[in-house]
Amino acid sequence: MNETAAVAHATHESPGFVRTYLFSTDHKMIAKQFLWLGLIMMLLGGLLALMVRWELAWPETQLPLMNLISEKTWEALNESGSWIARMIPNGFISPESYNSLFTMHATIMVFLVVMPILVGTFGNFLIPLQIGAPDMAFPVLNMLSFWTTALGGLVMLAGFFVPGGHAAGGWTAYAPLSAQAIYTGVNWGQHLWLISLFILGVGSLMGSINYITTVINMRARGMTWFRMPLTIWSLFITAVLLLFALPVLQAAAVLLLFDRTLGTSFYLPAGGGEPLLWQHLFWFFGHPEVYVLILPAMGIVCDILPVFSRKPIFGYKAMAVAMISIAFLGFIVWGHHMFISGMNPSLAVGFSITTILISVPAALITMNWIATLFRASIRFTTPMLFALGVVSMFIIGGLSGIFLGLAPTDIFLHDTYFVVAHFHYIVFGFSILGIFAGIYFWFPKMFGRKLNETLGKIHFLATFITFNLVFFPMHMLGIGGHMRRIYNPLQYPFLEPLQPMNVFITVSAFLLGASQILFMINFFWGLAGKKTWEQNPWEANTLEWTAAPPRPPHGNFLTPPIVHHGPYVYSLPGSTQDWAPQNEELPGKLARAAAG
Amino acid sequence: MTSLLKDQPPRAAPAQPLPGAPPPPGRRPGWGDDEGGPRRDDSPMPGMATAQLGMLMFLAAEGMLFAGFIGAFLVFRFGNASWPPPMQPRLPVAVTGVNTAILLLSGYTMIRALRAAARRKPAQLRASIIATALLGILFLAVQGYEWVRLVSFGLTMASGIYGATFYTLIGTHGLHVVGAVTWLLIISLLLARSRFRPARRLPLELCGMYWFFVVGVWPLLYVLVYLH
Repeated sequence: MNETAAVAHATHESPGFVRTYLFSTDHKMIAKQFLWLGLIMMLLGGLLALMVRWELAWPETQLPLMNLISEKTWEALNESGSWIARMIPNGFISPESYNSLFTMHATIMVFLVVMPILVGTFGNFLIPLQIGAPDMAFPVLNMLSFWTTALGGLVMLAGFFVPGGHAAGGWTAYAPLSAQAIYTGVNWGQHLWLISLFILGVGSLMGSINYITTVINMRARGMTWFRMPLTIWSLFITAVLLLFALPVLQAAAVLLLFDRTLGTSFYLPAGGGEPLLWQHLFWFFGHPEVYVLILPAMGIVCDILPVFSRKPIFGYKAMAVAMISIAFLGFIVWGHHMFISGMNPSLAVGFSITTILISVPAALITMNWIATLFRASIRFTTPMLFALGVVSMFIIGGLSGIFLGLAPTDIFLHDTYFVVAHFHYIVFGFSILGIFAGIYFWFPKMFGRKLNETLGKIHFLATFITFNLVFFPMHMLGIGGHMRRIYNPLQYPFLEPLQPMNVFITVSAFLLGASQILFMINFFWGLAGKKTWEQNPWEANTLEWTAAPPRPPHGNFLTPPIVHHGPYVYSLPGSTQDWAPQNEELPGKLARAAAG
Repeated sequence: MTSLLKDQPPRAAPAQPLPGAPPPPGRRPGWGDDEGGPRRDDSPMPGMATAQLGMLMFLAAEGMLFAGFIGAFLVFRFGNASWPPPMQPRLPVAVTGVNTAILLLSGYTMIRALRAAARRKPAQLRASIIATALLGILFLAVQGYEWVRLVSFGLTMASGIYGATFYTLIGTHGLHVVGAVTWLLIISLLLARSRFRPARRLPLELCGMYWFFVVGVWPLLYVLVYLH
């Protein structure tokens, strides 16, 4: 290395604070940026959910702690027309703000928590590391992807502060409810919601283009398609789903914004428009989006189970094919969200059939997970516990989905709390538990230190138990006729006997929220503690654990890795070590066993 | 696209090889400034250069955006008993037919530009790029003129679902043409300043892909929107 190169090298290693932490093009830093974004938003989304729960348990009562604020202060707030007084006048939740609360809880959780963490964080962090690439294919585009998402998040948050409050048409924003301000009383809130969704879509598309290109073109030598970890398969399929689904949502959002601002009537029947068009376009995006929210968690679980079972994943290729078929079928099932919308009932038959078909690959994946665990000597670490939580919650959430996928039962259950129970078993029981599994598992690689195992296990137990206490009774509420979106359940006498259950759910929800304090303590403790940069703390095979810790001056690997076998070679008969990293060449006989 | 790449001389290895790394195999030349960036030649199956692949994915997303708008348009076109709805101005079928030919011609000049770049003919390259850009501008001018006339006849975004779908769909395409023409003008500016080495054809090829998309979508829109 000559002198100039050495100087260039030295300056390259310390690009300064802004280039290192803000406008970094390093995929690992961008992953962390997405993680912070998602975790902060999770706090906000969770608080909104707790406010919704408070209203349902003790309708039209003052929120806790609000009695600490004097009446004089409230009067002053009301007079100044501040956003706090609009959202919680005198510390109470108004019917209008209730609509905003559940709308924004869902929007934030879907677009600013689960997507940034599952797709943004794990996609960015794991794709280059697990396929043995030095970085993403387009590092600058990657940086732009994060900052576009952050901008979309800011626009979304701005909606809370504009006159009229935030969007209140539900996260599905059904037209004409969302198409004219007179219905919800929200004008700028809904505008900003649509603009933000468009921007977030652009950010996600940048990520998707990057992920797909990186997986196709940047794999290390020997990393064939069927030697890729299932996390990479799942993230690749997720990126394809986003690429084909998001632009349709963006088109739909543009049309809705035109209806609201330019006087068109795409979704307004009075002007010759078609309200069902929004539902079709929205759910054409919305159902693949459901798989966007769970597929990466599915991949993460597929990677965690073998590590702690010390066994190969059962049916590796079947898993990849099942994920592909879920993604494909995901595009032709959107009508099952619309059984009672007034669309042609004969279409419901077709959509029911395609929906039930999805349970074939879904059941296959679950059974393969169980077969992976079968007769294994399991190491019950925190990530493993969360992964096992995902497996079991997927069974409940999947089974309740069958009732909603079939038109005859869905017509009864539609828009009841049964639906709320079902999709929370999926997005919380699957996606969020999957996120926790992933964070506990890759924290040592991300931040150089294991999270505290004891605290992690207590966090798991507390979360798992309270989660079920919150969401399982919702099935019963729903069958009892409790509406999905209702300001005061006590207005109907037939719901009064169910009210104790609502109170129970809310108390459990506050406990669930409080359990997350354990995670926050563990997370910050982990960040603050001494870094050990242990190379392979879980004795796993995938390439990220072979990369030099903390990291080489450029890229991820000191030497470009060469991959010799698949990622799930555990407990190979005849081998002295019960794992075999993908870049480790096995002696001939063992190599044949690993390949077979 | 790949055939255009073959005669390209391999570029020098990345300025900063990883310490201890073997020299890159050089199966596929790296693109752009590789300083500190990823090596783009370590794929086990280099079917297509990374930048082109990324562009292709971008165009797939663009295609889905148009699919969304076209889907909405078809709902109204086939959902209404009479289309165009009565009392609405008729669209300029003949003029737009000529305009279609203009845009298709620009697709041909773009092919010529790419060919000229591959054969290292800078003069022909420059002429073809400028011709493509001018044809694109002509297309936009004719569209703009027709839009002004249609608005004066009373066809606007707010005049009904016919106008709304028309301006949304055709306007989205128009915006794409504006973007593509801007890109072409930047390239011709670079060519005029001779800062565009023929050996580095990548931006040109990406622009070509985008242009072909914009040209390729148009006949579909013409048939669906203008011809009844």
